[in-house]
Amino acid sequence: MTQSDARSKVRAFLEKFIRDQDFEDGDNVFALGLVNSLMAMQLVLFLEKEFGVKFTNQDLNLKNFRSVDAMVELLGARGIFAAA
Amino acid sequence: MTLQGYIDSAIAPRADRWDCEERIPRQVLSDLAGLGVLGAHVSIAQGGGGRPVVEWGEALEAVGEASMSLLSVLTIHAMSSYALARWGEAEAQQEWLPSLTSGAKLGGFCLTEPTIGCDAKSVTTRLEEAGDSWRVTGTKRWTSAAELVDVFLVFGQTDQGPTAVLVPRETPGVTVTPISGVLGFRGARACELTFKDVVVPKRWTIGPQGMGFSYVASSTLDVGRFCIACGSTGLIRACVRASVDYARQRKQFGVPLSEHQLIQALIADMTTSYKAANALWRQAAKAREELLPSSIMETTTAKYFASTAASRAANDAVQIHGANGCGPDYPVQRYFRDARITELIEGSNQMQQVMIAQDALNAFATRRRR
Ligand SMILES: Cc1cc2nc3c(=O)[nH]c(=O)nc-3n(C[C@H](O)[C@H](O)[C@H](O)COP(=O)(O)OP(=O)(O)OC[C@H]3O[C@@H](n4cnc5c(N)ncnc54)[C@H](O)[C@@H]3O)c2cc1C
Repeated sequence: MTQSDARSKVRAFLEKFIRDQDFEDGDNVFALGLVNSLMAMQLVLFLEKEFGVKFTNQDLNLKNFRSVDAMVELLGARGIFAAA
Repeated sequence: MTLQGYIDSAIAPRADRWDCEERIPRQVLSDLAGLGVLGAHVSIAQGGGGRPVVEWGEALEAVGEASMSLLSVLTIHAMSSYALARWGEAEAQQEWLPSLTSGAKLGGFCLTEPTIGCDAKSVTTRLEEAGDSWRVTGTKRWTSAAELVDVFLVFGQTDQGPTAVLVPRETPGVTVTPISGVLGFRGARACELTFKDVVVPKRWTIGPQGMGFSYVASSTLDVGRFCIACGSTGLIRACVRASVDYARQRKQFGVPLSEHQLIQALIADMTTSYKAANALWRQAAKAREELLPSSIMETTTAKYFASTAASRAANDAVQIHGANGCGPDYPVQRYFRDARITELIEGSNQMQQVMIAQDALNAFATRRRR
């Protein structure tokens, strides 16, 4: 798994919920009101299942899930990307 | 003994009595624990039964058919033990999880307060830091079966926002006051709980501080909704069975009620509801088994459908029974009262409608992004 694969997968997941607006990888999807509070759990379920990670309570700060960039960074910190 | 054998011999014949007496004997929970029902949803690695979700759902449906009061006790136990298994720190899990998954102890769920219901993130119970402990102060209301419960999952406010913590019932400062005469789920008598300077260690915090609503309450209510979806489906099945038996034996105008087509229409509708509710919770179970993000909406939809359909079916079952349906000799009046509760708990049905609509407004929208 490369960082860019992960980025595409995270974007594709978010795009299912954000249908008619453009958003950048750095945009805070919660602050933009693009996704609702239910998304927090859906995002955790998606990332854990798709990338085979198990988040600790410390990981679950909402700021780690607020944008595509933040989620990719969190996945990176959990060591899921193959060395280039 | 099989679970169904136990339900037929020890639950179904006693469910009306539990409803009247507003209590379920603790032994029943121990017996169900022996049959593996209390820890079925927790993984084997964490000391639970690790049963397939669909199998757990079948057990919940079967219990719900016999007694929704008992089903509600299984629900709050599942919710609190799930929360601990999913969000608890290792120390708290070691202290509490074995006794909860084995059924030696029962877990309860304290979110609702006298002034806070649907707007759950605004709970007013205070969790104040006192060294390595929390000092818990506040009032919870409508806590199911609190007299049976050993440890509560309590939601309160910290400086960082809503946070969940375990509070054993026997902790000094905890007072449990039963509420008699509630419409339904009477066997699992709801209570008011007051917490006056109750001190519990911080290691019993469940989930990240400040995330008690976003993660802990929302995922725990999701488990609760799955239980209520399955249980309500069982309740619809109970309505069909009672209605079919009654309509076949009761005669009016010289023929059994079952030969009157307007009665057949009611039976057709409740049978269809049963099949649809059963299919919806099974679809949710499949998504839950695979840990899919869609499991949340599948579960919400299943709970919303099953609970409204249970209310309709129970209403029709009372209609088919006529005056007998309102009296103490037939269980349908209990079904009617219990069904009403399913539309309120684990997120009221208005909250479910909001979630389903918000999801639909995305999922069914024609894509317009460039
Ligand atoms: C028998 C029983 C057992 C229970 N067991 C437990 C338990 O074990 N633990 C626990 O924590 N709680 C428990 N509850 C409480 C239950 O979860 C609450 O009743 C439920 O969350 C609704 O809250 P409320 O009753 O305060 O209603 P309110 O929040 O005051 O709402 C009143 C009505 O307004 C509707 N409403 C509210 N906000 C909106 C909105 N934004 N849009 C549209 N409609 C809205 C609601 O759907 C409801 O119909 C129990 C309740 C009962 C009756």
